[in-house]
Amino acid sequence: MTKTNVEVELLKQDKVAKMSKSKAKLDINTKISKNIVLLGLLLFAFLILYPLYWMVISSLKSYDEIYNNVWGLPSVWHFENYSTAWSLGISSYFTNSLIVTLATIILVVIIGSMAAFTLSRYKSKWINISLIFIIGGLMMNPQVALIPLFELLTWMDLINTRWALILTYVAYRLPLTIILIRAFFLSIPKELEESAIIDGCSEFGIYTKIYLPLSIPIIVTTIVLTAFFAWNEFLFATIFVDSNILKTIPSGLMNFRDALRTDWGVLLAGMVIASIPMIILLVVLQKYLVRGLSEGSVKG
Amino acid sequence: MKEGAFMIARNYRIIPTLFILPSLLFLGVFIYFPLVQNVINSFFDFSVFSQTKEFIGLSSFKELFQDKVIMIALLNNIKYAVISVAFQVAFALILATILEDKLFRKIAPVLRVVYFIPVMISISVIALLFNFIYNPQMGILNGFLELIGLENLAIPWLGNATTSIYAVIAMSQWQSIGFITMLFIVAIQKIPKELYEAAEIDGAGKVRKFLSITIPQVKETMFVNTLITVTGAMLVFNEPYILTNGGPGFSSMTLSVHMYQQGFVKDNMGYASAVATLIFVLTAIFALIQIRVSGTGKDE
Repeated sequence: MTKTNVEVELLKQDKVAKMSKSKAKLDINTKISKNIVLLGLLLFAFLILYPLYWMVISSLKSYDEIYNNVWGLPSVWHFENYSTAWSLGISSYFTNSLIVTLATIILVVIIGSMAAFTLSRYKSKWINISLIFIIGGLMMNPQVALIPLFELLTWMDLINTRWALILTYVAYRLPLTIILIRAFFLSIPKELEESAIIDGCSEFGIYTKIYLPLSIPIIVTTIVLTAFFAWNEFLFATIFVDSNILKTIPSGLMNFRDALRTDWGVLLAGMVIASIPMIILLVVLQKYLVRGLSEGSVKG
Repeated sequence: MKEGAFMIARNYRIIPTLFILPSLLFLGVFIYFPLVQNVINSFFDFSVFSQTKEFIGLSSFKELFQDKVIMIALLNNIKYAVISVAFQVAFALILATILEDKLFRKIAPVLRVVYFIPVMISISVIALLFNFIYNPQMGILNGFLELIGLENLAIPWLGNATTSIYAVIAMSQWQSIGFITMLFIVAIQKIPKELYEAAEIDGAGKVRKFLSITIPQVKETMFVNTLITVTGAMLVFNEPYILTNGGPGFSSMTLSVHMYQQGFVKDNMGYASAVATLIFVLTAIFALIQIRVSGTGKDE
């Protein structure tokens, strides 16, 4: 296992930094260039944050002020924009996104970890072929499968249901999930399962009592990555679900915009509500997310 | 142990097969079948709700070469790729190096999260937000240009055929830079610290260390990130679809948006399938290189 543990790395860095702090006395030149670079970093952070700040502030303005008072704070804070957005449709988009995301996560973790169990514990020609089949799935792009999937889901009578999204999301998340979990399973010491077998533990027991509990970190990573994908997915959500009451947030916002016309404050409030869960996820589970992204960078 | 070996032998076929079957089924039905079906569809002429498909051989592929929009779209995809590689791979690497420098170790964790926030936000929120930013009447981009006395640069960015695709690409850079930066940060953290310490003893400056240690050490990540970016650029759909729908005219058309419009707007499913096949061939080439280089699924 050569997995990056960001925390350990950061600790190490800190140590190195402390050691060299006494040695390296910053001369004036470094100080000046440090401040110039710092200014650049902060400017870039401003460039990222300002549009988001504008979105939040404008979501509390009236239409008139969004148009005429672009830079300033609202003269009257329209907090009711949020309740209006919520009751005009965001609540149902939010619920749909929640259902689709949770169902996708549950299915991906169960089905994916089961496959990873087989792939990491058994060896045969068929297992190798299955592994190649699954890795190959990483190469496939939703765009290319769009029309046949539309036909298939229509034939299955699943078009315009939440299942259309859940099933396709699960399929497209499985390859990466299986690869991540399998790599983790391979690192579990064989002695553990041998003693479990002696104690009379069944294969199923080894999976549920040894492999799954030991793999919590990688499963959390999988959950974060899947949540991020399912919450934000746009293409399938737009094309496979037509009915407004079943739409998830990304595609629902498009309907929301068309229905609101110029009620921009309410639209912006809806956009803020849509973004909040993932930003919380980023702040709380940053470590798991970073690990998943770096290991799964083959997919992007 | 003897008993354990027996248990494994007894379960050898049942458990592993049962465990991997759902995954294979999901991939087979929702990823591989649509892919094959799409290639077959390319040889037929059909519409969304028609039960019959008319075999037309290679006509759709011949049409591809005469379709002027395809050329515009392909060129836009290439622009997307070139700009994204320059900005996201080159600039992100520099940004990651600076963030990992011990001079900024106090502020770096905060900046990392800030730069990453747009990655977590749904593309539809980002695109709706940039619709406001680019708005010729009240958008903050033109507002800012007027503020600093560049009002003659203030144009309707999305409504102008020469700027629309660049406005779309610019938004993409804004959203994705944090993602690639994070991938580089993880790669830089994996570089053995001794290399830098040795270089410091030899009196190497920061630029020197960047050129002779960082770049060679993250070469593979650079390559993978380039391929992720290029593949993403070839597939790009959401950004142009939401911001401009390929317009004005066909000025910001990309291959995926063209496929969508041919299939789901003009109900020309056979031809849209041929466009999808073209996209598949383009991305499969990059994906194959990527999988070869990154060695996904290799035993660790």
